[in-house]
Amino acid sequence: MKSKSKLKALIPFLKPHKMLFVALLLAELFVSAAQTAIPLFQRYAIDTFIGGKTTDGFAVFIVLYALLITAQAGIDYIGSFGCCKIEMFVLRDLRKASFNHLQTLPVSFYNTHSVGYLHSRLMSDTDNISSTVSWGVYQGAYNGLYIIGATIVMLVTSPLLALCVLVIVPVIAVAALYFNRLLTRLRRKVRETNSEITGSLSEAITGVETSKTLATEDKLSKRFFARTATMRRQSVRLGGTRALFLSIFTFAGSAVLAAVLYYGGQITSDGVLAIGALSMFVSYAQGLTDAVQWLMEFFTDLINVKVNVERIDNLLSYKGEVVDTPEVIEKYGDCFNEKRENWEPLNGDIEFDDVTFKYPDGDEYVLSHFNLKVQKGSLVAIVGETGAGKSTLVNLICRFYEPTSGRILIDGRDARERSVQWLHSKIGYILQDPHLFSGTVKDNLLYGKPDASDDELIAALNTAGAFRFASKEGLSLEVGEGGASLSAGEKQLVSFARALLVDPAVFILDEATSSVDTLTEKLIQDAIERIMSGKTSFVIAHRLSTVRNADIILVVDNGKIVESGTHDDLIKRHGYYYNLYTKQFVEFIEKADFN
Amino acid sequence: MRTKKQSKLRLVAYFIKGSFYLFALSVFFNLILVFTTVLIPRIIGFTVDCVLQNDPLMGENVLIASLLGGVEFVKSHYYIVLIALLALALTAGISKFFNLYVNSKADEKLMQRMRNKLFCHLLVLPMSWHYKHMTGDILQRCTSDMQTILNFISAQMMSLIRILVLVSISLVFMFMMDVTLALIAATTIPAMFVYSLIFQLKAKKHFRKCDEEEGVLSARAQENLSAARVVRAFGRESYERDRFNAQNEYYTGLWVNLLRRLAVYWSSSDLLASLQLLLIIAFGTVFALRGSVTEGELIVFISYNAMLIGPVRELGRIVSNMSKAGVSLERIGEIINAEPEDYGRLNRPLKGDIVFDDVSFSYDKPTLSHLSFTVKEGSTLGIIGATGSGKSTIAHLLAGLIRPSGGSISIGGVDITSATLRDLRRSVGLVLQNGYVYSGTIGDNLAAVGGSDAQIRRCAEIACFDDVIRGFSAGYDTVIGEKGVTLSGGQRQRLCIARTLMKNAPILIFDDSFSALDSETDLKLRTNLSEAYKNTTVIIISHRIATVMNADNIIVLDDGKIIEEGSSAELLNKGGVYKKIYDRQTGGGAK
Repeated sequence: MKSKSKLKALIPFLKPHKMLFVALLLAELFVSAAQTAIPLFQRYAIDTFIGGKTTDGFAVFIVLYALLITAQAGIDYIGSFGCCKIEMFVLRDLRKASFNHLQTLPVSFYNTHSVGYLHSRLMSDTDNISSTVSWGVYQGAYNGLYIIGATIVMLVTSPLLALCVLVIVPVIAVAALYFNRLLTRLRRKVRETNSEITGSLSEAITGVETSKTLATEDKLSKRFFARTATMRRQSVRLGGTRALFLSIFTFAGSAVLAAVLYYGGQITSDGVLAIGALSMFVSYAQGLTDAVQWLMEFFTDLINVKVNVERIDNLLSYKGEVVDTPEVIEKYGDCFNEKRENWEPLNGDIEFDDVTFKYPDGDEYVLSHFNLKVQKGSLVAIVGETGAGKSTLVNLICRFYEPTSGRILIDGRDARERSVQWLHSKIGYILQDPHLFSGTVKDNLLYGKPDASDDELIAALNTAGAFRFASKEGLSLEVGEGGASLSAGEKQLVSFARALLVDPAVFILDEATSSVDTLTEKLIQDAIERIMSGKTSFVIAHRLSTVRNADIILVVDNGKIVESGTHDDLIKRHGYYYNLYTKQFVEFIEKADFN
Repeated sequence: MRTKKQSKLRLVAYFIKGSFYLFALSVFFNLILVFTTVLIPRIIGFTVDCVLQNDPLMGENVLIASLLGGVEFVKSHYYIVLIALLALALTAGISKFFNLYVNSKADEKLMQRMRNKLFCHLLVLPMSWHYKHMTGDILQRCTSDMQTILNFISAQMMSLIRILVLVSISLVFMFMMDVTLALIAATTIPAMFVYSLIFQLKAKKHFRKCDEEEGVLSARAQENLSAARVVRAFGRESYERDRFNAQNEYYTGLWVNLLRRLAVYWSSSDLLASLQLLLIIAFGTVFALRGSVTEGELIVFISYNAMLIGPVRELGRIVSNMSKAGVSLERIGEIINAEPEDYGRLNRPLKGDIVFDDVSFSYDKPTLSHLSFTVKEGSTLGIIGATGSGKSTIAHLLAGLIRPSGGSISIGGVDITSATLRDLRRSVGLVLQNGYVYSGTIGDNLAAVGGSDAQIRRCAEIACFDDVIRGFSAGYDTVIGEKGVTLSGGQRQRLCIARTLMKNAPILIFDDSFSALDSETDLKLRTNLSEAYKNTTVIIISHRIATVMNADNIIVLDDGKIIEEGSSAELLNKGGVYKKIYDRQTGGGAK
C-alpha cells in the first residue's frame, strides 16, 4: 500500500504519454503473440510435413511464417521506439520540473543541501526512474504476455506436460525475487565501499604534500589496502551470489528440458503427443525461463526505483521558508514572470523593527527584539570571529530567511510587501568566494545586465579596479570553469564589476577580501570605497581594516550582537572589539610592509 | 605509434598478470559449460530419433547410445534419459557457477592489485608531477578509467572468448550432424556479426555526441546549483530555466534520434534471427522429407539457433566497444609509467648542521638564486620576507619535496640528494603552510605518524591545542571535516604543528605556521617549543617580526636572494630593511 503511494507521484509525468503507453502495450501484445506462435510453426512443420510425408501447403506455410516474422519485427520497432520515446520524454520532463522547481527555492535551501546531492537528484534519480518506467513496462508487458500465451498453448496441447514445464515458473520467480533483493543489498554495500575508496584516493591526492612531509605513506597505504581488501571480499560475495543465481537458472532451464523429454517422450511413444508438439514444448521451456527472469527483474527494479521516486517527490514538494503572498506575486510577479514594470526603485533606508529570529534548524534565538535604523548611504560593518554568526543580519536583509517575529522595513515598508526578486535586484551582494560562470569575462558581466554595451562593461571594470580586463581583449578572456583561470582577487574584482552594472542601491560585502593577497586587498579596498559612496552598505569582515570608517560597527560573538557603535566608541570601550582590533590591525600592517 | 601500442599491450598484460590463472580457470569452466549446454539438445535429438522412433543408429548417436547403455536398454529403462539430462543440467549449473565465480574472483583480485598499486604510486610520485595534474583528473583516471579497463579485460575479452567457444563448439556439432543444413544455419552468423558491428561502429559517434551533450547538461545543472546565490541576486531564474531547458530539449532530441536508429537495429536484427529460424525449419523440413536429416536433428538445429543468435549479436557490440579501453589505458599508463621520486640510497639518519651551498631553484621562473647559509645544529633560524620571496621553497627543498636546480644542501655533511627520502623526511619535521587535515578524528590526525596517547597529549599541549580539544565534547575523538566540526584557521595550524611534533624530528620547520594565531598564543607556543626542543634545529618562516625575533640567526629574503642576515640585534643596528619592518610592526600601526 505504502509503495503505491510513493509511485503515485509519477502519475503527472506519465499521463501526458498515455497514448504512447497504449501503443506500446498493443505492440507488445502482438509481438509476444507472434513469439508464442513461432514454436507452433515448428510443430506444424515436423508433424504435418515431415510426419505426414507431404509438401502440400508448404509454400503457403513458408509465406505465412515469413509474413508473421516480418510483421513482428515491424511492430516491435513501433513498440521499442515508443518505449524509447517514453523514456526520453519522462526523463526530460522530470529534469525540467526538478530544475525549474530548484530555481524557485530560496538560498537558505542551498545552504542546507549540497550541490552534489542536488545534482545527483537532478541527473541520476531522474534517469533511473525514466528507464525503469519505460523499459520496465516494455519488458514486463512483453514477457508477461509471452508467459500467458505460452501457458495457454501448452495447456491446450497437453495439460499434464504443460504442468511439467510450468512448475518451473514459481520456482524461478521466487528464486529471482529472493536473489534480486539480495543482490541489490550486496550491490549497495559494494557501492558504499567503493565511494570510501574514492574518498581515500581523493584524500591521497589532495593531501600528498602533507603525507610526504609527515612520512605517513605506509600508514595511509595500509588503511587503503584494508579498504580494497574489504571491497574485494564484498565484490566476490556479490559475484558469487550472482553466479549462484545464474547457475540455478541454467540448471532449472535444463532440468525442465529433461522433464519435458522424460514425460513428453513417454506420452509420445504412447502416441498421445506428436514429435512436433514435443519439440514445441522444448522451445517453450527454453523461452519461459528467460521470460520469467526478465519479469522478475522488472519487479525488482520497480521496488528499487521507489527510493528515487521518493527523493524526487521530496524535492518537488519542498517549499521554501520564504514565500511571497499571492497579492505580492500578483503585483510584482514570481521568479519566472517578473513584472518589472511595477517595481519601485529602492532608496536605501533599512530598518530592523523589533526583530526576533532563530534559524529553522536552530533552537536558540540569535536576535531578540533587535532594532536598528540604517539611513540611506550609511556604512554598517559587522565584525566577529569566523563562525560567530556574522551573516545573520545579511540573511534577513536579503530575505534568505524571514524574521521569527518583528519586521524589516525597506524604505519604510515591510519587506514582505514586495517580492523577493524585486529585493534581490536592488541589492549588490558580493561573496567571499564569488561564483563566475564558465565563459568569457564579458559573458559574466552581461549576466546581471544582458543589454549592457562594451563601453559600459569597460567602465564598470575600471571602477571595480579590474584593469586587466578593461579592454576589448580583456573582455573576451575565458575565465575557465568556476572562474578557475583567474586568481581569487581577479575573480572578486570581476564580480564587483558585475554587481556594479546593475547599479544596486544597497551593497552587501560578505568577507569580500578575506581570500586575497595584500596587494589585491588594497585594490579591492579602493574599489569598495569608490563603489560604495552614496549607497547603503553592509560589510561583513573578519579583517578589521575595512571597517574603521563605518557609521556603525556591530560586533558579533556566538551568534549574538555583543557591542555596537563607531570605531572610536568601541576602541574607547576596551571591550571585545578592542581586543579583536589590536590583534588584527598589527597583522595587517605587517603584511602591507612587504608590498 | 608502434611503441605506443606495445606499451598499451604491456599494460594490459600487467593488469592481467596476478589474475591470469584465475582467468584461465574460468575459461576452463566455461568450456565445460558450453560443452554440456551443447550436448543437451544432442541427447534430446538422439532420444527423439532412436528411442522414441526407430531410426537406425548413425554418427555420434552410436556413441551416445553406447554411453547410455545401448538403445534397447534405454528403451526399456526410459528414466535413463531423465538421469542423463539431469546430470548434464547439474554439470551445466555447477560449471556456470564456477565460471562466473572464478571470473569475479579474478576481476576483484585484479582490481585490488591495481588500485593498491596506483595508490602507492601516487604517494611516491614527485610533487612536480602532482603540481602539473588536477585532482579531479587524477581521480577520474583512478576510478572510471580503471573501471573501463576492467570492463575491457573481464567483460569484453572474457565474453569474446566465451562467445567464440560457444559458436565454434556448436558449429562443430552442427557440421557433424548435417553439413548442408549447418552451412545454411551458419550463413546468418557472420551476417549478424557484421551487421551489428557496422551498426555499432556507426552509432558510436552518435553515442559519443549524446554523452558529450549530457556532459553539457550536467555541467549546466552543476553550475546553476553552485551559483544559486548569484542567480537569485541577479534575478536570472528564467534565463537559467530557459538555458537548461533548451539543452534538455536538444539532448532529448539527440537521444530520440539515436534511439530511432537503435530500434531499427534491434527489430531488424531480430528479424534476421527469425529468418534464420525460418531457413532452418524450411530447409530442415525439405531435407527431412528427403531423408537426409532426421526430426531429432532438426530439433537440435532449432535449439542451437536459439542459443547462438543472442551472443553473436552481442559480439558486434563488444568488438565495437573494445577501442574505448585504449584511451583509458593511455591515461592510466601516464600515471603508472611516471617516474617516482628518488633521492639516493644512503641509509642513515640525518642530523647536524644544515648547509645551503649556492642553492638555486627555478620552476617556470627562478625562485631562489645562489643561496648560501648555515644553520648550526640546535640553533634557530628565522626567515622573513614578502609573499613570493622564496621562503616556502627553502622549506620544501629541505623536506625533499622538490630538488634544487643548482648547488647543494647538506645535513650533517651528507648531501640530502644522496639520502633516502624516508630518512630525510624522518629527520625534517616540516609544518606546511596549508597542511592537509585528514578525514577522521582529531586523534587520528595526531596519530598519523604513530605514537602513544601520552605522546599525543604531550604534543598537543606543546602546540597549545590540548585545551581546544578538551573544549570539544568528544575530545580527541572529535570528528573533523564535512561530517564533523569545522576547525578555525588557528586551530588547524595548531593541529598541524602538534601532528608534526609527533615525528620527534631533529629538525623542525614552521612555514608560516603561526599566522592565524593571536599574538598571545603565538608567544606561548614558541615558548613551549623552545623549552621542549632545546637541542632541535628550528627554522621559523614568518611575516611577523615578533615570531622570528628571538631566533639565533635571521635571514631577510627578497626575490629569492638573501638581503640581510644576522641576529635581531645585529640587524636592528644595521638599520636596513629588517629595522624598517621592525619599526612599523612594533611602532603602533602608524602607516
